[in-house]
Amino acid sequence: MIRVRGLCKNFGAFRALDELNLDVLPGQVLGLLGPNGAGKTTTVRVLTTLLAPDAGEVTVAGHSVISDPDSVRRSIGLSGQYAAVDEKLTGYENLVMVGRLYGMNRKTSAARATELLDEFRLSDVAGKRSGAYSGGMRRRLDLAGAMVARPPVVVLDEPTTGLDPRGRLDTWAVISSLVGNGTTVLLTTQYLEEADQLADNIAVIDAGRVIAEGTASELKSRVGSERIDVVLAQQDSVDSAAAILYRIAGAAPEIDRQTSKVSVAAPDGHHMLVRALGELEIAQLQVVEAALRRPTLDDVFLQLTGQRPKAAPASNTTDVTSTGLGQDQEVLLS
Amino acid sequence: MSSLSAALRDSSVIAGRNLRNVIRTPGAMVTSVAQPIMFVLLLAFVFGGTLGGAEYRTFLIGGILAQTLTFNASFTAVYLAKDLQLGLIDRFRSLPMSRGAVILGRSSADLVTSLLSIAVTLLCGLAIGWRMTNGLGPALIAMGLLLLFTFAVSWVGAVIALTARSVEVAQSLGLIWLFPVTFISGAFVSVQSMPGPLRTFAEWNPVTAVATSVRELFGNAEPQGFAPPSGWPADNALLYAVLCCVSIIAIFAPLAISQYVRISKR
Repeated sequence: MIRVRGLCKNFGAFRALDELNLDVLPGQVLGLLGPNGAGKTTTVRVLTTLLAPDAGEVTVAGHSVISDPDSVRRSIGLSGQYAAVDEKLTGYENLVMVGRLYGMNRKTSAARATELLDEFRLSDVAGKRSGAYSGGMRRRLDLAGAMVARPPVVVLDEPTTGLDPRGRLDTWAVISSLVGNGTTVLLTTQYLEEADQLADNIAVIDAGRVIAEGTASELKSRVGSERIDVVLAQQDSVDSAAAILYRIAGAAPEIDRQTSKVSVAAPDGHHMLVRALGELEIAQLQVVEAALRRPTLDDVFLQLTGQRPKAAPASNTTDVTSTGLGQDQEVLLS
Repeated sequence: MSSLSAALRDSSVIAGRNLRNVIRTPGAMVTSVAQPIMFVLLLAFVFGGTLGGAEYRTFLIGGILAQTLTFNASFTAVYLAKDLQLGLIDRFRSLPMSRGAVILGRSSADLVTSLLSIAVTLLCGLAIGWRMTNGLGPALIAMGLLLLFTFAVSWVGAVIALTARSVEVAQSLGLIWLFPVTFISGAFVSVQSMPGPLRTFAEWNPVTAVATSVRELFGNAEPQGFAPPSGWPADNALLYAVLCCVSIIAIFAPLAISQYVRISKR
């Protein structure tokens, strides 16, 4: 449904997209995951004909964005990074306007607007000016705008950026229902949790290239098994602790000096954690926090790019705890 | 549907949306109402006494109309820049709609604001002693010319908005050129009194042509002591004014549309 080959785009000397390749199959949801400046929005803008590529081949629903942009516009619905709604118009008027601009007559666009307001749970505020809407409501109105013409392909650029947790959950629910009726979706996000929740497939992009692709579980299995995180009381004990963990796990730990945190992949997490805590105790390194957890997409990202993405809203830490500063570690495993 | 009728339909949808916006933002209309009143009173009573009293007040109205409508280009610039900044232009550009419709819808809606400015100016004029003495026919031609002129300059406003891309820049860029263009003209004074290059500029300035034509059509003469305008643009004021409007549209409309097609939000 979406096919991108060798897509390049430069802004002056800055290479925003560097031979990017992507495929989204019909009915699939692809999560385009990457940090700020990775090229997500540029990709979206090329796909939606807002920006002409410098090189490469891009087709959406079989139409080329370069030679047949009008057909692309007919097959695609865009919800951009900022909810693009007219604040002086009511929710209803906003959707009717979009319908009319798709070439629908008054009656059809009015009926479609009513239907969408209902579907996106905005009926109650349909007659209110959208300027008075909450962030989540504006987002939903913007998403509804993308759905007016029932496009086979929908592109969502960071659909939950800037929303509070409630708005984020609402938006997720709406996107999931969208996915239910077979629409092909490309969504960009900085939130690993979001990609994990909504996408069938994830393409991780960095510096304008896809650096990894697969399902969330495939990507997680790349990082390997469970991980042990240990936070130390003293910053200067980080290296000795890392040495101990290295010896036990047999893999190089990651060290975060700022937070005095050492993290390592542990194939046999359970036992290794107990051993590690024992040895750290013997070495008289004070532990503030110790945790065993399944790998998150954060780890995938870190492994692939060498940098942490923007903080995800939550991670699935299995569990923790120790307050006794290296004395009586109480470890809960689930 | 032919592409022309699709373009007109899209433009009317956008124009309708813009008008709703204008009506629902009464504060924004204050300028288009207050500015002509302010300039009429300022020029009629602060400068008018020195420049010719009652005769000058009659002469003034044509100039105020030309000036006010030129200033309305800045509304086009600001509104369009706002749509750009809010991401609405991105939404419109991702729709299978006609390429020129967003700007055409903008300038058509701004015609309505201009009608309001014209009405206010004329009412003000009536209050200070201005009359149209040539009958209804020429007066209607004058109205037609004013609308054509305001439509033309709003395309200049569109180019400013699409070049500036942000509301703040559009606001300052959209205003700054208006002062020299409207004041180095025959809108308020006799062009004849200006020194060399300024005089040439003023003689060929479209604002002069519009003001002069409107005065002729309304039957308003220069006050005594004003050298009557001369030269080809003055002798053929109406023809030259229409030519100016057509040329402004011919230059700025394609420019604005090609900018719109390529623009990307910052």
